[in-house]
Amino acid sequence: MTQYMLSVQHTGAYPAMDSPEAQEMFAATGAFTDKLQASGQWVFVGGLQGVDTATRIDARGGDAVVTDGAYVESKEHLAGFWVIEAADLDEAIALAAEASKACNDPIEVRPFHSV
Amino acid sequence: MSTTPELLAEVERTFREEHGRVVAALTRRFGDLDLAEDAAAEALVVALEKWPTDGVPPNAGGWLTTTATHRAIDRIRRESQRDTKHQAALMITDDTAHEPTGVVEDDRLRLMFTCCHPALPGEARVALTLRMLGGLTVEEIARAFLVPETTMARRITRAKHKIKAANIPFRVPDGTDVTDRLGTVLDVVHLVFNEGYLAGTGDDPIRADLTGEAIRLGRLLRELVPDDGEVAGLLALMLLIEARRTARVAGGELVTLDQQDRGAWDRELVAEGHALVRECLARVAGGGAAPGRYQLMAAVNAVHTDARDARDTDWSQVAQLYDQLYAVSPTPVVALNRAIAIAELDGPEVALAIVDRLDLDGYHAWHATRADLLRRLGRSAEARAAYDAAIAAGDNPAEQAYLTRRRDELGR
Repeated sequence: MTQYMLSVQHTGAYPAMDSPEAQEMFAATGAFTDKLQASGQWVFVGGLQGVDTATRIDARGGDAVVTDGAYVESKEHLAGFWVIEAADLDEAIALAAEASKACNDPIEVRPFHSV
Repeated sequence: MSTTPELLAEVERTFREEHGRVVAALTRRFGDLDLAEDAAAEALVVALEKWPTDGVPPNAGGWLTTTATHRAIDRIRRESQRDTKHQAALMITDDTAHEPTGVVEDDRLRLMFTCCHPALPGEARVALTLRMLGGLTVEEIARAFLVPETTMARRITRAKHKIKAANIPFRVPDGTDVTDRLGTVLDVVHLVFNEGYLAGTGDDPIRADLTGEAIRLGRLLRELVPDDGEVAGLLALMLLIEARRTARVAGGELVTLDQQDRGAWDRELVAEGHALVRECLARVAGGGAAPGRYQLMAAVNAVHTDARDARDTDWSQVAQLYDQLYAVSPTPVVALNRAIAIAELDGPEVALAIVDRLDLDGYHAWHATRADLLRRLGRSAEARAAYDAAIAAGDNPAEQAYLTRRRDELGR
């Protein structure tokens, strides 16, 4: 078994919380998470608030320098992720395809280091 | 018995032929591509010591697999003494379940699907397939693809690392996935073939050898997946192109299909290719899946190789096959090839109108086709410019020589 992170690569602003498309997305991603929990493949799930809520901290120089904003300024950003457990990459890819349909965003699949 | 060059060549040939089987069997057993590859190399060293005196054993593949397995176990033991974490590796057993997929379960087929996994970069798929299944050395693959050996070694190492880290499985995909995934395997083999085909005869022999290597992989796939039309189609396509190899170049110059000495074609390869195309047609007629692009390209080549004289070519059938091909693979290159058939049916003017609409400005064959159509229409000045553009865009010396001569023969 390998643990993979399925990260949601979102571009642009989020739709309004009460918009039909956001509601549809919450329902679909919720159903996908339920399915993962039922099959025992679920490890973690989390949705992130918008990049405008991000804060950057850099303490490499000793003092913690706090700045407003995301670490990387790009159109595409991490909107949320699932951590799953799958037999192999093919199984993870099949789940990522479902996740992509559910949240209507591309998904990156990456293995965790085995501890 | 002393070591003769012939014997040495036989050992090397046998090793290359059996490499895929050995690596595949060990990967299945130990779940580690690197270990499998190294153990196979060690088995070769033993073979080079023993075979010259004992002779090549009747079941060379089995012998190499057993020897490599012993070497792999030795290595795991050595490493486990250094590092207790490897202790578990000693207990590794073959616990991969057999999936009822309907295709022949062969370790080499699993290995092909691993090496050609869509999660790997395209160039790495080709390199890994040639390394693991083809038994080519990294140095040979680097030479064949005109990149430095260190670059190729890095490419292969990274791919192997990803296979291990991301846990790319060593198995035949099941159910609905198998057709798509088989497509990526066929594309890799086709790419290897094209690389060799484009290299022609003048270059490094290793490059030209790639066509033979691709055909060997194609035959293996055919043996492992005998009921798939596209597998048969790809093999047929490669055989029918390979059959014309010696007739394709004369005096360092490309000889176009209509000018080739058809008596110089390899009749056995043509017959084998035709038999495969007939089998594909029968499968489709019997209610099988609609033909994909390899079967259609093979069929086009079958029409060409069916004509005893270029003038007897059934161009309407060629055009109709390209229509079908365009339906499954709507690319400008397919449209260009279709236009060449249209030129024979409806004349160069109609064909030129089609060709001029295609967005293929950087493609040498587009310029070469335009040049030929313009020449046939007597538009020499435009033809000359098109030949110049074709020569500038191409890089195959035999084709350059042909285009240069055609350009220089144009009337003023």
